[in-house]
Amino acid sequence: MILRLAFASLSARALTVGMTILAIALSVALFLGVEKIRTGAKASFADTISGTDLIVGARSGSVQLLLYSVFRIGNATNNMTWESYQDLAARPEVDWIVPISLGDSHRQFRVMGTTTAFFERYKYRSGQSLSVAGGAIMDDLFDAVIGADVAATLGYEVGAPIVVAHGLASFTEHKDQPFRVSGILEKTGTPVDRTVIVSLEAIEAIHVDWRNGAQIPGQSTSADAIRQMTLEPQAVTAALIGTQSRLQVFGLQRAINEYPQEPLLAILPGVALQELWQIVSIAETALIGVSGMVVVTALIGMMATIFSSLNERRREMAIFRAMGARPRAVLGLLVLEAVLMAAIGAALGLALLYAGLFIGQPLIDSAFGLWLPIEPPTLREVWVLLGVVTAGAIVSMVPAYRAYRMSLADGMMVRT
Amino acid sequence: MPDSDPIVLLKDVRYRWPGRKSFGLNIRHLELARAETVLLLGESGSGKSTLLSLICGTVAAGQGQVLLAGTDLASLTPGQRDRFRAEQIGLIFQQFNLLPFASVLDNIALPLQFAPTRRTRVDNAAQEARRLCIALGLPDDLLTARAGTLSVGQQQRVAAARALIGTPPLIVADEPTSSLDAETQGNFLELLFAQSRAHATSLLMVSHDARLADQFDRVIQMADVAQSLRDAA
Ligand SMILES: Nc1ncnc2c1ncn2[C@@H]1O[C@H](COP(=O)(O)OP(=O)(O)O)[C@@H](O)[C@H]1O
Ligand SMILES: [Mg+2]
Repeated sequence: MILRLAFASLSARALTVGMTILAIALSVALFLGVEKIRTGAKASFADTISGTDLIVGARSGSVQLLLYSVFRIGNATNNMTWESYQDLAARPEVDWIVPISLGDSHRQFRVMGTTTAFFERYKYRSGQSLSVAGGAIMDDLFDAVIGADVAATLGYEVGAPIVVAHGLASFTEHKDQPFRVSGILEKTGTPVDRTVIVSLEAIEAIHVDWRNGAQIPGQSTSADAIRQMTLEPQAVTAALIGTQSRLQVFGLQRAINEYPQEPLLAILPGVALQELWQIVSIAETALIGVSGMVVVTALIGMMATIFSSLNERRREMAIFRAMGARPRAVLGLLVLEAVLMAAIGAALGLALLYAGLFIGQPLIDSAFGLWLPIEPPTLREVWVLLGVVTAGAIVSMVPAYRAYRMSLADGMMVRT
Repeated sequence: MPDSDPIVLLKDVRYRWPGRKSFGLNIRHLELARAETVLLLGESGSGKSTLLSLICGTVAAGQGQVLLAGTDLASLTPGQRDRFRAEQIGLIFQQFNLLPFASVLDNIALPLQFAPTRRTRVDNAAQEARRLCIALGLPDDLLTARAGTLSVGQQQRVAAARALIGTPPLIVADEPTSSLDAETQGNFLELLFAQSRAHATSLLMVSHDARLADQFDRVIQMADVAQSLRDAA
C-alpha cells in the first residue's frame, strides 16, 4: 500500500516527475551509450589483427605505424625499400611476410597493394580468415578485390570496372588503367571492408606514367604495353611478418630495428595496441567523466525537484504523521519515491539505449565502421544502473532529511 | 492497561511552543471518560489545537503528565508514541484531511498501516471502508475515486471513516465542521455520533461554535480548564 501511495503521489505530480525521470533516463542512456561505443571501439580495434607477429615499416612512431598499416588511419611518412623487404623475407626466422603498399584511393576508399598471401595470412577476430563472398581473389594484373563496405557503398558487383586515383582524395585519376572487380569479400567489421585490394604489380602499373606525383606530360602507356613490362616495386609501405617460432619475435624485432641499411621499425601489434590505449585512455577517462557528470546533474535535478515539492507537501507529511507514521517513515517515503524515479529513469534509459542501438547500429557502422553488438546488458551495465538507483537514494536523503526535520517540528498540524 | 482508566487524563500540564514567549498553556486537570463525548469550546488562538497535539503526543508537555488510555506518553519513545497514537486515536482535522492523490479507500485504510492492533480488528479493509462509507452516507462507488476530486463535505466524511476504521477508543476532531455549511454540518455530526456510540468510542471535539453543545455529554470551556498565558510580555 505504501508503494501504491508513493506511485500515486508521483503520478499526481506527473509533469515534474516525468521531466525528472526523462532527464535521468537520457543521462543514463548517454552514459551507457558512451560505454558501449568505448568498449565496442576497443573490441573492434583489438579484433582487427591477429596472427601477425610483427609489423614492419619505415621508422616512425609505433602507434603511427599500427594505425596506417592496419587501420588505414593517417599516412606513412616514408616507405621501406624493396631491397630491405627482400632482405627481411630472406631471413631464417621469417615464416611468412606480406607486403602492404598504400597511397592510392578509389573514391573515398583506400587502395592497398599486396600479394595473394595477404588473403591467407591476414587474420582478424582471433584467427578468422578473410573469405570471398562473390568472385575470386585477384588473378590478373588489373584485378581488384573489394571489401564489403566498398561494394555496398558504391554498388559494385563482380566484373565492374573501377578507376584508381593516385594519392588520397586526389582528383587526378589514373584513367588509363581501368581495373575490374574480381571479387568481393565477406563483411569482417575491420578496415578491410573499406579497402580496395590490388596486387603490388598493379600499384606499379598505375604509376608507370607518373613521376613525383605528377603525370609525365604527353606520356600514356597502354594497358597492353604495361602488361609487357616487369613491374618490380621500388618500395612498400609496410609488411606483416609471421615468425617460425614465437620465441624469435623479440630477436627479429631487435634485428629489424637495428637494420643498418635503412631506419626501420618493427612492432608487436598487441604492444602497439596497448600504447594506443594509453594514449586514448585520457580521452576515455574524460569521456566517462563527462557522461558520469551528466548523470550526477540529472540526479541533482531530481534532488532539486524533491526540495521544491517539500513545501507544498507539508500537509501530506502532516497527515502521515497524524496517522501514526514516524518521522522516519516520512523520510523513508521520500527516499522510496526518489528510488522509484531513479529506477524508472534507469530502466527507461536502458530502453532508450537499446532503441538508439537499434536505430543507430547501421548508421554508426557505415559512418565509422564500428559494429556495436546488441546484447543483453552486461554485468557492468547492471552495476551502473544499480549505482544510479543507489545514488538517487543517497541524493534524496538530503531533502528527505529536511522533510524529516520539518515533520518533527510540524507534528500533525501545519499552520496554513 | 485496564479499560476502566479514563481514556484521557492531563495533570498539571504546562506547555510552551519553543521560542514563543507570548503563549503558554497550563492545565491543572482534564479528564475524559471512556465512551464519553465531550465538546471543547474556546476562542481562536486559545490553545485548543495545542491541547490536542499534547493528547496525541506529537508535542511533549514540558511539565506534568499526559496519560492516554492509562499510559504516560512521556514514558514512551517517540517511535512508540507514534504507534500508540495510531492505535488509540482516530483523528479528524478542520480541512485538508486526505492525501488528495490517493484513492478514498487507501485514505481510509491508511491508519491501519501504522496500527497493527487496529488492523487485526478489521478483517477486510476494503469491506470495512465500504461499510463505513455507506454508514456515513457516501456513495460506495466513491471508494476508488481520488480523494482530491471529492467535495469538502464528502472529504470530511471520508476523514471520519478513516478515524473510525478499526474502532480506536478515542476520536479526536479539531473543528471538523467549520469548513462545512450548516446543513452538512448537522448531518455530519449526527453520523459521527451514531458511529462513535455504536462502538462506545470516546469523542473529543474542538469547536468555537457553542450551538453544538447540546449534542454532547459534556461541554468543557477552554477558559475553565486551562490558563492560557497570552501576551505575557
Ligand atoms: N507549531 C507551532 N509553533 C509555534 N507556535 C504555535 C504552533 N502552533 C500553534 N502555535 C501558537 O499557539 C497558540 C495557540 O494556537 P492553537 O493551539 O492553534 O489555538 P486554537 O486551536 O485554539 O486556535 C497560538 O498563539 C499559536 O500561534
Ligand atoms: Mg486550532
